[in-house]
Amino acid sequence: MDIIEPLVKIVFIFLITLTTVAYLVLVERRVSAFIQNRIGPNRVGPAGLLQPVADIVKLFLKEDIVPKAANKFVHSLAPLISLVVAMTTFAVIPFGNSIHLFGRDIKLMIADVNVGILYILALSSLGVYGITLSGWSSNNKYSLLGGLRSSAQMISYELSMGLSIIGVLMIAGTLRLDKIVESQAQGMWYFWRTPISFITFVIASFAETNRLPFDLPEAEPELVGGYHTEYSGMKFGLFFLAEYANMITASAIIVTLYLGGWQLPFVGHIGLPDLAVSLLQIAAFGVKVGLVLLFFIVIRWTIPRFRYDQLMNIGWKVMLPLALANILITGVALLW
Amino acid sequence: MSFEQVVFYFLAVLAAFSAVMMILQRNPVNSALYLILNFFCLGGLYLTLNAQFIAMVQVLVYAGAIMVLFLFVIMLLNLGDDRRLREHLGLRMYLGIGFSVALVLELLFIFLFRSSNSAVQQSANAAEMGTVEYVGKVLFTRFLFPFEVTSLLLLAAIVGAVILAKKKTAE
Amino acid sequence: MIPLDYYLVLSAFMFCVGVLGVVVRRNAIIVFMSIELMLNSVNLSLIAFSSFLGDPTGQMLVFFVMTVAAAEAAVGLAIIIALFRNKQTVNIDEINILKW
Repeated sequence: MDIIEPLVKIVFIFLITLTTVAYLVLVERRVSAFIQNRIGPNRVGPAGLLQPVADIVKLFLKEDIVPKAANKFVHSLAPLISLVVAMTTFAVIPFGNSIHLFGRDIKLMIADVNVGILYILALSSLGVYGITLSGWSSNNKYSLLGGLRSSAQMISYELSMGLSIIGVLMIAGTLRLDKIVESQAQGMWYFWRTPISFITFVIASFAETNRLPFDLPEAEPELVGGYHTEYSGMKFGLFFLAEYANMITASAIIVTLYLGGWQLPFVGHIGLPDLAVSLLQIAAFGVKVGLVLLFFIVIRWTIPRFRYDQLMNIGWKVMLPLALANILITGVALLW
Repeated sequence: MSFEQVVFYFLAVLAAFSAVMMILQRNPVNSALYLILNFFCLGGLYLTLNAQFIAMVQVLVYAGAIMVLFLFVIMLLNLGDDRRLREHLGLRMYLGIGFSVALVLELLFIFLFRSSNSAVQQSANAAEMGTVEYVGKVLFTRFLFPFEVTSLLLLAAIVGAVILAKKKTAE
Repeated sequence: MIPLDYYLVLSAFMFCVGVLGVVVRRNAIIVFMSIELMLNSVNLSLIAFSSFLGDPTGQMLVFFVMTVAAAEAAVGLAIIIALFRNKQTVNIDEINILKW
């Protein structure tokens, strides 16, 4: 019995994430079209709603080309690493309070572990392998440059990411994500309480997901396509999937740490049945994640790419001191 | 076999296999990949030993930082599959292999025939000991001084790495 | 339950493999990785002892070993880069002049 509950949750989250990824691509294309005063994809199905299906079918039918000089095994392994890392991070994120179903309380997170945030940091530090190895194994100058850039970028920004979380951890006093969400009840979100930490964390998340102001590993105008230049067919599709799954995971982490997770202020006081409250909280989590995702997309289509030296300057000379200062300020405030 | 035993044997065999493959690979990138696999298995084994914090730090530090650095350097030097680096079998190499195999055989002998099975059960407070709270408490009380000294060590390492790896300009 | 001996044998086996790597391989980076492997095998036995004896000292020691390993990797790789820049090789048989 004990094994069925996690399995159901895993399948549930997996399906939700995959569907969200498919529609996130559509939303991104529509939003970018709106920003650039175009219409965007609107032909497949009503208002273009079946476009993701067409995209997936197209990716499956394309020929899978592996360059002759590539390291074949690593070339196939790299996209898998990217995707697995992006999807497994979700295991420790609570997407709702415990829900009462079929006569028992079900906690709405897959793995309730003592080291929640460390698990997230450990996995996100592995994401760099997917990109670095794909860049190396393709045996292509542009890919290699993209891979090298990404490993330097991710190591640099991981540091400020980890340090900016510490501010939150100091206030919450725990590494468990469900406890962190509980400590943000009544709208006392960490977004208000540690704004510096929020800003540095969001910026570092952009860098970790390789989204636009930081998309140097795949910078099209300079590197053709960066690390995925030599990928085609479903392997390219996996990278694509991983990028968007990463975005969803990053948004979910931001929501959990800084925007109150599934907390919905005042909903506990208006006398709704328990089940309705739980469902409302899950919906609140979904809406918050959606808004952060929209923020990711809007940023991508409005802000130009950094130069490589600017990227390193910001990472080491601005983000890191800011994150450290935040720890100091939080410590002083806690002692006060 | 219980679930725990299955997990242990799987991880142990994988760890031993990846360690052997690491030194057999000609290509340094493949070696690095096998070493990463090995570190992962060790992280899993730490979990079976109830050391959750160390397991996560293992993945974070070894697999996520140190090995990325190794891969980065291998790619930077672009060593690849270089045939120039001839690894010929000399006398020293045979000696090395001989001694290592002798060491392994010795170990197997002790394990199979002289093993007394001194400790079969994990300590009762092992589960509590691996948590972040406990590790933090011990680290900042009993081990405070060594902890502070490591910061000096890291500072020295940063300075050393920067000086060593810096390109000499205007010489 | 898995007895302590099993962990120790695995750790010792990995240590032997690491020794073999250091003795046999000539590529400086692989030698370096073999050293990391040896450090890790020692870590495994420390953690095993720690949780079988119920004493946190082993875990603390592993924590410090990891810090030292990180520092060592940074400095060691910097040395390898510097060597490669000067001699265009990472073969430790050709790096034998004891000065730079």
